[in-house]
Amino acid sequence: MNPLIICEDIWKVYRVGDVEVLALRGLSLTIEQGEFVAIMGSSGSGKSTLMNILGCLDPPTRGQYRLNGVEVGCLRPDQLAEIRNQQIGFVFQSFNLIPRTSALENAQLPLFYRGLSLKEQRALASAALQRVGLRGREHHAPTQLSGGQQQRVAIARALVTSPSLLLADEPTGNLDTQSSREIMGILEGLNRDGITVILVTHEIDIAAYASREIVIKDGQILSDRATKGRPHVVGV
Amino acid sequence: MPAFVWLTVLTALRILGRNRLRAGLTVLGIVIGVGAVIAMVSIGEGAKQAVQKQIATMGTNVIFIWPGSTTAGGVRGAQGGAVTLTVADALDLKKKIPLLSDTGWYNKSSTQIVNGNRNWNSYTYGASPSVLTIRDWAFSSGGPFTQAELDNAARVALLGQTVVENLFDPGEEPVGSLIRIKNVPFRVIGVLSPKGQSASGSDQDDIVFIPFNTAERKVFGTLFLGSVVAVVASTDRVEDLADAVEQIRQVMRSRHHLQGEQPDDFVIRTQVDIGKVQEGTSETLTVMLMVIASVSLLVGGIGIMNILLVSVTERTREIGVRMAVGAKRLHILTQFLIEAMTLSVIGGCVGILFGVFAARLTTVIAGWPTVIATQTVAIAFVFSVGVGLVFGLYPANKAARLNPIEALRYE
Ligand SMILES: Nc1ncnc2c1ncn2[C@@H]1O[C@H](COP(=O)(O)OP(=O)(O)OP(=O)(O)O)[C@@H](O)[C@H]1O
Ligand SMILES: [Mg+2]
Repeated sequence: MNPLIICEDIWKVYRVGDVEVLALRGLSLTIEQGEFVAIMGSSGSGKSTLMNILGCLDPPTRGQYRLNGVEVGCLRPDQLAEIRNQQIGFVFQSFNLIPRTSALENAQLPLFYRGLSLKEQRALASAALQRVGLRGREHHAPTQLSGGQQQRVAIARALVTSPSLLLADEPTGNLDTQSSREIMGILEGLNRDGITVILVTHEIDIAAYASREIVIKDGQILSDRATKGRPHVVGV
Repeated sequence: MPAFVWLTVLTALRILGRNRLRAGLTVLGIVIGVGAVIAMVSIGEGAKQAVQKQIATMGTNVIFIWPGSTTAGGVRGAQGGAVTLTVADALDLKKKIPLLSDTGWYNKSSTQIVNGNRNWNSYTYGASPSVLTIRDWAFSSGGPFTQAELDNAARVALLGQTVVENLFDPGEEPVGSLIRIKNVPFRVIGVLSPKGQSASGSDQDDIVFIPFNTAERKVFGTLFLGSVVAVVASTDRVEDLADAVEQIRQVMRSRHHLQGEQPDDFVIRTQVDIGKVQEGTSETLTVMLMVIASVSLLVGGIGIMNILLVSVTERTREIGVRMAVGAKRLHILTQFLIEAMTLSVIGGCVGILFGVFAARLTTVIAGWPTVIATQTVAIAFVFSVGVGLVFGLYPANKAARLNPIEALRYE
């Protein structure tokens, strides 16, 4: 089976005025289907930049990125949108739910852009909400939900399209320990069902849920090692 | 993507519903613009139809010929006095121009009319019987005078409604009674059906008809036998009017010995020409309305554009999220365009209601006739949709061109 992600010599250069910021410097990376990867590194090391490139939100300045065998670098914005819609789910640190819109409708959003009928959208979205344990909260607006619950809505939104890749940039960054554990339990379950999960975190016990740990420093991979998987301390 | 469109409309309505005051203020320009146009057009249309009704009372396919008002080049002198129109002209026109179904002629004079101890001042027309048929006069009782009565200079009269009202008691039958016109006794043989006001606002029913010859010989008196103040003619079909006018001109010029450069010593008018004067004024009105409409729609459109730009900025993060989960540029563009059009259509619809209400109110309060044309309403609606589309395009395009990363990071 082909690797899901192949990055070769990826560079990302930001230009701020006259200053060039080298966020990624010739980073190469291969991730197989079904892996659970934690990306760690100090602030400003380029983790989010890498995630944005992996998520087809931002093209690399230089280098090749193949997702599922498709060279992403030469695609037009609308083709990238299609790939994000079909293959990728995002979970952000700040949840990024659409305000004053119910959990169900937030979870429906990717399906809305697939042009599914409202009935299909609702059915799939409530199944996704059920999966993250939010049954009965379908009609709550984000402000009526706790942080952990909001993040679960975001996960439901990410998984509603059955993506092959789920990208989570510090998903527990704004959550307390208990909610963090619950969120990680959900991600772990999704990974067990075959979804490739890539997670950025600063916390070692969160990274411990993953089976592979990549440390980035100054836009390059500092270390890349397999871990034993999460210690048996959490019950969800 | 019909599901996409109507879901977007619902979303747009919900978003606008959250900011009702803001949405209301935004569409105010469009409401006022569309409302004003609908009201004004309804009033204008009402006035126009009233005028057309009046023009129709002149009779159909009628051509009027009057003596020319210019005396340039001493033409009159060569002609022999001021007589430029005669009975002979009218008869000759009918003989020479087959297009004309009939011609008639008349003189008129302000006269005092007496019935018993009542009297009334009115214009008396000494006319050929054909004038009555050409101008479509109908009778509410009695009937017209005949050719024989014309030839014999019979003392018979036809009275208009206004004259009847002023000389007879309500319910009294005028036909058969004796009246005096300029002290000459006449027998009333017919009462004319009312025609109402003319296009120029005069009372068309304040009128008396007597046979031309009677008027000439026994009532008005005249310097030149056979001179008339006007000749009227009619054609069977409206389409023939223009040709007939041209032929009349040729015949009249040759009868009056006018050559080459010499100007006409007569004036020819059809009711189409007379209607044009009225249309001219309503055209000015239409231009004014279009200016008002464009200015207010422009102001309304700019309001919509402004509020949409604010909305795009406020919702930058939301746009980023939508892009991240797979919205294409067209999706974002459509969403904001639909929001703009929803706003402008709401404004347009409220404006239409507002305008219809204002027009009705005008009729009730001022008594002006108003006509609400569905065409006007449809055009107003289409325009309000168009305003949303045009002025929504810039903000929508701005939203669609956002970079997803920057949008997501927007504070
Ligand atoms: N849009 C941008 N313009 C300019 N420089 C940027 C931009 N985005 C990121 N950078 C720079 O690129 C580098 C990497 O940033 P990135 O956001 O990837 O770091 P990070 O590893 O995610 O940090 P953190 O753990 O704090 O989130 C930083 O030096 C940052 O200043
Ligand atoms: Mg980051």
